Amino acid sequence: MVACDAIVVGGGIVGGSIAFGLARAGLKVVVFDEGDDAVRASRANFGLVAVQMKGAGNPDYHRWTRQSADLWADFAAELEEHSGIDVGFGRQGCAWACLSEDERILKVQQLEQIRAEAGTLGFDYQLLDKAEMADLVPGIGPKVVSGAYTAYDGHCSPLYLLRSLHRATLGLGGRYISNASVDRIEAAPNSFTVNAGGETATAPKLVLGAGLGNTALAPQLGLDVPLRPQRGQLLVTERVRPKMAFHMGRIRQTAEGGFMLGTSNEDAGFDVGTSTGALSAVAQRAVDTLPYLARLRIVRAWAGLRIMSPDDYPIYDQSPRYPGAFAVACHSGVTLAAAHVLNVARHIVAGRIPADLACFSSRRFNVQAAA
Amino acid sequence: MFKQLPDDNAELVTVIIEEQSVKVPSDYSVAAAVLANWTGPSRTTPVSGAPRGPYCMMGACFDCLMEIDGVPNQQACMIPVAEGMSIRRQDGARGVEI
Amino acid sequence: MSEPVDLAIIGAGPAGLAAAATAVELGLKTVVLDEQTEPGGQIYRAIESVTAKRSDHLDILGSDYAAGLELAQGFRASGAHYLPQRTVWQIDEERNVFASGPNGVEVIAAKRVLVAVGAMERPVPVPGWELPGVMTCGAVQNMLKGSSLVPEGRVMVVGLGPLLLLIAQQLARAGADVAAVLETAPLGNYAAAMTRLPQALMAPGYIAKGRAILAELRDRGVALRRGVADVRLTGDDRVREIEYRWRGRSRREPVDMALLHQGVVPNANLGMSLRIDHTWDAMQRCFTPNVDDWGNTSTEGILAAGDCSGIGGALVAEWRGRLAALDVARQLESIGAEERDNRAQPVRRDRDRHMLVRPFLDTLYKPRHDSLAPPDADTMVCRCEEVRAGEIRQLTTEQNCPGPNQMKTFVRCGMGPCQGRLCGLTVVELMAECRGVDVSEIGYYRIRPPVKPVTVGELATLEEIDAG
Ligand SMILES: Cc1cc2nc3c(=O)[nH]c(=O)nc-3n(C[C@H](O)[C@H](O)[C@H](O)COP(=O)(O)OP(=O)(O)OC[C@H]3O[C@@H](n4cnc5c(N)ncnc54)[C@H](O)[C@@H]3O)c2cc1C
Ligand SMILES: Cc1cc2nc3c(=O)[nH]c(=O)nc-3n(C[C@H](O)[C@H](O)[C@H](O)COP(=O)(O)OP(=O)(O)OC[C@H]3O[C@@H](n4cnc5c(N)ncnc54)[C@H](O)[C@@H]3O)c2cc1C
Ligand code: FES
Repeated sequence: MVACDAIVVGGGIVGGSIAFGLARAGLKVVVFDEGDDAVRASRANFGLVAVQMKGAGNPDYHRWTRQSADLWADFAAELEEHSGIDVGFGRQGCAWACLSEDERILKVQQLEQIRAEAGTLGFDYQLLDKAEMADLVPGIGPKVVSGAYTAYDGHCSPLYLLRSLHRATLGLGGRYISNASVDRIEAAPNSFTVNAGGETATAPKLVLGAGLGNTALAPQLGLDVPLRPQRGQLLVTERVRPKMAFHMGRIRQTAEGGFMLGTSNEDAGFDVGTSTGALSAVAQRAVDTLPYLARLRIVRAWAGLRIMSPDDYPIYDQSPRYPGAFAVACHSGVTLAAAHVLNVARHIVAGRIPADLACFSSRRFNVQAAA
Repeated sequence: MFKQLPDDNAELVTVIIEEQSVKVPSDYSVAAAVLANWTGPSRTTPVSGAPRGPYCMMGACFDCLMEIDGVPNQQACMIPVAEGMSIRRQDGARGVEI
Repeated sequence: MSEPVDLAIIGAGPAGLAAAATAVELGLKTVVLDEQTEPGGQIYRAIESVTAKRSDHLDILGSDYAAGLELAQGFRASGAHYLPQRTVWQIDEERNVFASGPNGVEVIAAKRVLVAVGAMERPVPVPGWELPGVMTCGAVQNMLKGSSLVPEGRVMVVGLGPLLLLIAQQLARAGADVAAVLETAPLGNYAAAMTRLPQALMAPGYIAKGRAILAELRDRGVALRRGVADVRLTGDDRVREIEYRWRGRSRREPVDMALLHQGVVPNANLGMSLRIDHTWDAMQRCFTPNVDDWGNTSTEGILAAGDCSGIGGALVAEWRGRLAALDVARQLESIGAEERDNRAQPVRRDRDRHMLVRPFLDTLYKPRHDSLAPPDADTMVCRCEEVRAGEIRQLTTEQNCPGPNQMKTFVRCGMGPCQGRLCGLTVVELMAECRGVDVSEIGYYRIRPPVKPVTVGELATLEEIDAG
């Protein structure tokens, strides 16, 4: 039996961020995670610190995303100090390409709405016509009708992010137990015991950060974390000498040189298989945007499951029945990693999710249902 | 690195390996042509710049990547030579023209 | 998309060629796709050209090779639709076969698919194996068959397996300067294999052929050193020296080329991309697809035959190909179960008789553990992404990395263009060793299509193909 300060269930980017955040605050953390074959969005995502397309219609979410993006550089530096791993974060912005008049109109509406809702925070963007887009993004294709640029966005290697979160937490005395699927949590106020993967841990705090696994575990803690999977398929090409520093939302060049091309949005349940139709559509869009990509060879294709709440926004909750128990779930776990480490973890240490994050409690779904 | 067994019936083609014109039998793969006229590593890696040459000759290892007729990262062991073909070393990651 | 063919066969080696001839004879509309320019597979590579254009080289390659001509001719005469220079990079759930070739991407719909993609040489992660001038034995044999090229200068042949000796013999015949054959089988293997010898002798020909090769190597003055260990290759822009331990002493010798071989393993990526069930073979140290007696896999409509369904050698591959074709003919109702069984009976008998030699060979040529899981931290494991053994060990023990897929995302092993073909088995052996468990508990990379490179542009055009 390991006595520790906090148990984190889930070792993806979200669980990993919370674990690192708690460990850097001096807590002794034990992370339980599943095995090699688990559904793990953190191993399958695009690596964007994405701002431009986030939060039209939900200013709280936009503000939260912006806050995390602003924290990212400091977070990346501190993570590197602890792990020795450079996650390759760069904040060169996002140059979004619109491939039709409909897309252009939608994009403009979305950006205007974010600006209108942002209030004093403000929101700077540039709308680019075809010629301006061609100047900014050499090699743009004839199908690109216009574009939009924001400087808030960045990207990183999501894989090195996951690895370094684990490394950093271990370096701070944390433990990571893999092949340990949690199915029962013994819960009492400020006392939690988990037995999985041949290890037992007990702690006054427990955080659910188990991605799609949260939904099944939450009721044991008196919490409700409704989530559904949404499949996304991606491609990556052979390595190419550096060509593009910013990302384009659905295209980015990785630090290694490969172009990542994404992504589909599908309801496919828990099936993480790839399909020719979706991947070929991804390839087609990439080629329409940057025709030179047609000549690059694909080295890998894969699919991952996004972690979606009913309104697609994050869920941060604490259990009223079992003080000390928290749940954290979101799409965009890369974007929000900095906020999770530097902000959310602090609140968990303090034992309370503050009022300004109360809008992300899952109680919002019950209110909506009642209304 | 390799020498040719006597083969009087071989039909020859001319290929250009790094500016050098050489005659090779028409049923060579590009990798065979390069190994028979070895002047140094056929590629350097994009990761560390280390020198490499063909290893498996059956399409499995991708260590034979070369620039063939201007197209980078081609598997030299799987592509037959052709008259006038231009063959170059693949130095690190490929570039891509716009 | 056009009418589906009855049977699409991937691979024109002995398994695919025999299957095609049988299938066409039984009235099935059959297509054979292969990456090479000629039929023959690995063993009979370039058999038609060699026979037609340089038949004097048949003496070097030997009678087993020459015998492949009949198979190739039978295939050509059968009327099967042959598509050479086609690289298959995906088979989807509806059994559409996607291939790239001289005509761009082609998609062939099939009622049944036979995967007959053969074997590949097991990775040989010794220090320096990534240097130019270090190649596999099979690679050099390919050059001898396909291009009549012989390695120049002082050549060392290193490793184990029946092919190692066969290729040393062929090279010696071709006039290569084979300085020595360094056999790395642990000496204990020889005693252990002896108990399997009586059974092996019931399989026709193998043991006698092995003895003949050994005798010829001796007559030709090629030294055979047994029990070699700690092989290390050094050099600069190509290999210059080999170091190894033999009879208790370390030795260092100059070399111009080092040829490595540690046996062959199923060429698994295409089958794995189909998500068919595989089982870890603890003796042959590889994953093998689960197939029934006919080659049916766990996925309906997908069969596997030949060395990709478990190493059995060229003749066994041929028979497995025939059996697969017979069952496909039964499934598609061109023959009944009884006719299938009648035709299968002699084929199965031959196959089973020849398989009797395998336990002996597998025991004799079981690689040393340190050939599978390199002890030296600096040894390259993933050649594409340049990941070394020490990193894999460290992440397994210190960071509790749960398996090869997480490992892949952490250190990029298996993420390069070879898609893990040259590192997968080593990574799982290393992880199993660190964890003290069987490789079956570790698993393998999740392999997804495309299993061979296809351009973004080619993939994009499929939208139209799908619609059309
Ligand atoms: C295609 C795609 C593209 C994306 N692109 C981006 C992007 O560009 N930018 C961005 O910010 N976000 C992106 N995301 C979203 C991002 O990947 C996720 O928000 C993030 O990875 C979620 O992390 P997680 O830790 O919550 O979930 P996961 O990575 O799914 O991890 C959950 C972990 O919990 C474990 N677990 C589950 N149940 C249990 C249990 N009972 N016991 C023990 N352990 C358990 C699992 O094994 C797993 O390790 C993308 C997602 C996808 C699918
Ligand atoms: C390099 C090498 C050399 C060998 N030499 C000998 C030898 O000399 N003597 C001997 O007894 N045994 C040899 N073997 C062992 C050999 O595996 C068997 O003897 C025999 O060739 C197996 O027959 P098969 O039909 O199963 O497969 P193979 O003969 O290997 O045929 C498989 C065919 O599939 C094709 N293929 C593979 N993947 C794809 C794809 N994705 N798309 C299209 N086509 C594809 C290949 O081009 C190949 O022609 C060798 C093995 C290797 C790897
Ligand atoms: S030499 Fe291995 S793929 Fe060409």
